[in-house]
Amino acid sequence: MTYLSKSPWVIHYDGSSCNGCDIEVLACLTPVYDVERFGIINTGDPKQADVFLITGSVNEQNKAVIKQIYEQMPDPKVVIAIGICANSGGIFRDCYNVMGGVDTVIPVDVYVPGCAARPEAIIDGVVKGLSILEEKRKASEVAKEASA
Amino acid sequence: MNTISMIILVVGYLILAPILGCLLAGIDRKISARMQGRIGPPILQPYYDVRKFIEKDQITPNKVQDFYVMCFLLFVIITGCIFFSGGDLLLVIFALTLANVFLVIAAFSSNSPYSQIGAERELYQMMAYEPMILLTAIGFYLVSGSFQVDTILTSSEMPFIYLIGIFIGFLFILTIKFRKSPFDLSMSHHAHQDLVRGLTTEFSGRSLAAVEVSHWYENIMLLGFVFLFFCNGTIAGYIAGIIVCILAYFLEIVIDNCFARMKWQVALKSSWVVAVMLGVINVGALMILL
Repeated sequence: MTYLSKSPWVIHYDGSSCNGCDIEVLACLTPVYDVERFGIINTGDPKQADVFLITGSVNEQNKAVIKQIYEQMPDPKVVIAIGICANSGGIFRDCYNVMGGVDTVIPVDVYVPGCAARPEAIIDGVVKGLSILEEKRKASEVAKEASA
Repeated sequence: MNTISMIILVVGYLILAPILGCLLAGIDRKISARMQGRIGPPILQPYYDVRKFIEKDQITPNKVQDFYVMCFLLFVIITGCIFFSGGDLLLVIFALTLANVFLVIAAFSSNSPYSQIGAERELYQMMAYEPMILLTAIGFYLVSGSFQVDTILTSSEMPFIYLIGIFIGFLFILTIKFRKSPFDLSMSHHAHQDLVRGLTTEFSGRSLAAVEVSHWYENIMLLGFVFLFFCNGTIAGYIAGIIVCILAYFLEIVIDNCFARMKWQVALKSSWVVAVMLGVINVGALMILL
């Protein structure tokens, strides 16, 4: 365990979610689940975030926004798609304006299914994401040493 | 004060202040969490956060910004060194203002509207607390006849007895300096979201770590001011000072958790009213009586 997985700061973006998954994400911060126990903080600033939580499907309107937030996050970072809409587009999949899941725009590391995803499942997804974050950090260190 | 003890105090400050500041921040987060019915992060969480910032990549919109942030850290440390080596209180105040000016310039140097509004609010905050800090220095001068910290430290009478009004006023602006609600306008000590992250929106990686570490240094230096109110050259005075420092920090945590953020107009008006009501009247009374 390094410091990266001891203080993962998350940024939450609502694609075109019905708010069901958003409320479950925020429920993780309440006294019942209290994810700050693990050093997780819900920040609004992509430049200070390590974990990108996305709820809802991607449409033509928010495609650019999601890409921009992803690009503004410093490496290493992980993307977690929360809820079935973010996974695959869900029931909105066939809409004329919906592109599908988040992975149609940016690479997704962890998929948390559910409609809406339970807070327990979201926390489990973030914990899975932390091990991926750790792998990414090691990979980037190896790459840095190789280039130096 | 001789040179050797000065060097020991400065080195002690350089090493102990970040450790104490970090623990204080950790305890702060733990107590805040308990007040909100949560378990809260580990005590060392602020330390983990800073180590993480250093591990992460850094995205800087304007290269000069990192230079200003490092100047901010440097001048906050210099401020503390002047204070803890028994230097001039006025010099401490001016160096602290200079440090804050560097932070404001760092925030202005990027074109982000969020960090620019944060920088403007930081200027309002500086306007709000500066008069009270100056009155504090004047109060100390009137009581002990010197602006030198080491003279005030060993003066035979406890400054608090003469400076009760100024002490309460100083506690008031301490809320602004600790970046606590209701006056955490430019950026919050906690991860509250207003203006994205206010002043620090464009800081990431090492420069964010520098801002956090300088916050620890600054907090310890400000608690040093609180300590100074109770020094009368005796051990009892020093112990009273340390106890009041802990109580003052706890009071700020309670205030932080009881209030929502207020507008900058409220911050400016209320702190100037406090400075006039408590500071100026206290100083005026001292001038007539002493």
